[in-house]
Amino acid sequence: MTKIELTRSPFIKTALKSRYPQLTVFIVMLVGYIFAILAGLVGTPVGSHNFSIVFVWIAWWAILILVAVPFFGRGWCAVCPIPLPGEWLQRGAVLAPPEKKPKWLNRRWPRAFRNIWLQNISFLLLALFSSVLLTTPNITGIVLAAMLFAAIGLSIVFERRSFCRYLCPVGGFIGLYSQTAPLELRIKDKKVCAACEGKPCYNGSAEGYGCPWDVFPGGLTKNSYCGLCMECIRTCPFDNIAVNARPFSADLARPSARMDESFKAFIMLGSAMIYAGVLLGPWGTLKDAAYNVGTSSWFMYATAFLSIIFLVMPSFFALCMTRFENLNIFKKRFATLSTALIPLGLMFWVAFSLSFVLTNASYILASLSDPLGLGWNLFGTADAAWQPMLTSILAPGQTLALVGGLIWSGRTAQKAAKEAAVSAIPIIMYCFIVTLAMLWLLI
Amino acid sequence: MKRSELLARILILAGILLAVGAPLIFWTRTPLIHARMADTGGWNPDVLQAEVGKPLHLSFTSDDVVHGFAVGQLDMEAVDIEPGKVTDVTLTFDKPGTYTFYCTRWCGVNHWRMRGTIEVSGSAVDSGTTPTIPLYVTLGIDIDAPHEAPAIPENRPYAVRGQQLAASLDISKFSSPDFYRANSPYQVFEALASTDLPDFEKWDVVAYLWQSNTTADALTNGRELYAQNCAVCHGESGGGDGVFADDLAAAGEASMQSMNSSMDMAMQTPADFTDGKRMLGASPALLEGKILRGGMGTGMPMWGSIFTEAQIQDLIAYIYSFQFEYQK
Repeated sequence: MTKIELTRSPFIKTALKSRYPQLTVFIVMLVGYIFAILAGLVGTPVGSHNFSIVFVWIAWWAILILVAVPFFGRGWCAVCPIPLPGEWLQRGAVLAPPEKKPKWLNRRWPRAFRNIWLQNISFLLLALFSSVLLTTPNITGIVLAAMLFAAIGLSIVFERRSFCRYLCPVGGFIGLYSQTAPLELRIKDKKVCAACEGKPCYNGSAEGYGCPWDVFPGGLTKNSYCGLCMECIRTCPFDNIAVNARPFSADLARPSARMDESFKAFIMLGSAMIYAGVLLGPWGTLKDAAYNVGTSSWFMYATAFLSIIFLVMPSFFALCMTRFENLNIFKKRFATLSTALIPLGLMFWVAFSLSFVLTNASYILASLSDPLGLGWNLFGTADAAWQPMLTSILAPGQTLALVGGLIWSGRTAQKAAKEAAVSAIPIIMYCFIVTLAMLWLLI
Repeated sequence: MKRSELLARILILAGILLAVGAPLIFWTRTPLIHARMADTGGWNPDVLQAEVGKPLHLSFTSDDVVHGFAVGQLDMEAVDIEPGKVTDVTLTFDKPGTYTFYCTRWCGVNHWRMRGTIEVSGSAVDSGTTPTIPLYVTLGIDIDAPHEAPAIPENRPYAVRGQQLAASLDISKFSSPDFYRANSPYQVFEALASTDLPDFEKWDVVAYLWQSNTTADALTNGRELYAQNCAVCHGESGGGDGVFADDLAAAGEASMQSMNSSMDMAMQTPADFTDGKRMLGASPALLEGKILRGGMGTGMPMWGSIFTEAQIQDLIAYIYSFQFEYQK
């Protein structure tokens, strides 16, 4: 299937090249983000009536996992407000580069951490506290503020968007699943990039900044680390950057061989299953253990959580590999084959999210009118009753997502197995078993 | 600096200012009284000020579960306070003094600790009634002393039969309200020793005397008060087995205000109103004292600042109904 270059449209091209549309969205998002922090800190502690919980963990999450990631990949990163204040400080400007470069530390990110292990850890840290985080407004407010200040701090010390690229707990899995999205930013002609002097897309020019994501667009082969910030479209002197519509999961045809990305797939797959059990399941003891952070039962829960993700699931996956020559080849093959888990993991999250989003979406109306729980009624919807939505299509929708994910993963497994020169059948069986488990947990 | 750059910076700063300032301004201008379970704070604030004759507007919100709000000694309907929602209440006081407001929903094992005060200043619009000294004080009853009846009936005394028996007896000295309030059923039972009636019939007469000192409306009111405020610990049927009884026992020492002896611990068990020895040995004055003051060092709250005298009498009459079979 061929790609369609969206930037051929003058309207899209102009909208992406100009800084103003993106800046406008940035500012709106930043206002919403800071409002969410304040709402979390001073608003009602009742999560279902606080903007920070309702708009972050229900509205934003629904848009992110059901729309943005599956269809636009890193589309959220393109408008995420977290880097804005830090980047302003780092660059000394909001729009075009200033004449004098600001004197911050501007250090390179340490080589040892130029991977997504820190993002894996930051996601797990939030995941282990998720029962509290997702229901307690002031914890959500603190975490949102901490992410904003971490991004500012890292912008002062390190070059580019180090927080987004190496630390953001959300950015890690968005990058993983963005490989499945039918949207990409790529160069048009490699020869143009090879001949280009100064590489302004990476180093910056008077037209714009060097890639904030520390990526040379000329070498882009997958979406994982391109934040769709559009700087390279602005800086490329040869109009050699395109945004393309493409088939789903195009990047997965060339599987990654990195263990950090491989374990990200396990983390996301396992987390979706554990969340389904803890947050949607009928086991009160499990919910209590997850909620009572710091207690012995929580430590047991955390240990089980980490064991499932880092030991149980990868171990069974390793058993699916039918050949063993040496450890290096084994690791490479393991990472390559785990690509098959990416579509499945995404669809697990879609199925899991459908459940609580459709159940709790009606809180959005009430929270819109009374975001802090102070008794306001800005739009006359403050008294909107809680009402689960589209309950009749929930189970069929979840089943469809899971079965679709299984088929999608099976197809990906075939390609990855071919690359790894092993049989795809054990991997497909693995996907089948975890899908059955997820179906049992959800439906 | 380019004009566009300046404008962008101003817009960002204005956005940040708006996002920070708006909630803070509205938050500081919307004073809410927060209700939380007593274990995590109770009412906040828990002391309010008001003036006689001036409406007091209050806005409540709950930070956890559904609570209720009512003011003791005030003729008002209790209102519910729901989590994350705001409930507005307007009160007007016609007498100065310190009023107690309290939670009317069974929100947790320490529900009864959810109390606050409203200090009302000014002069009384209506002189009203002057407070009376409780009878148990006047009579010098030690409400903490054991008061078990030495003997109790085998079957539940029946007031209708007692009324028929009383027709042939001179019981005028037993039937006055003052006598009723000052004596326990067992004391009256003993006082009927001069009659030739067998014991179970004496108890029937006692049941009749207790019924004659109340009314159907008072019993209905007492039942409602009991269901709303007492049943949570003492049980719907008075057996001391309310839904919080087990929690109180489990809370044990942690919920004790004084922990001097095993007796204190024993008192953690809510009183069993179906226990004949306990109830037939207690006079209305003694029960009034227990309700007014509460059980020192136990989970039994002090109701004196909440119930009116009439409400307490209705409640006492209803509590005795766990011992006597009244006419329907």
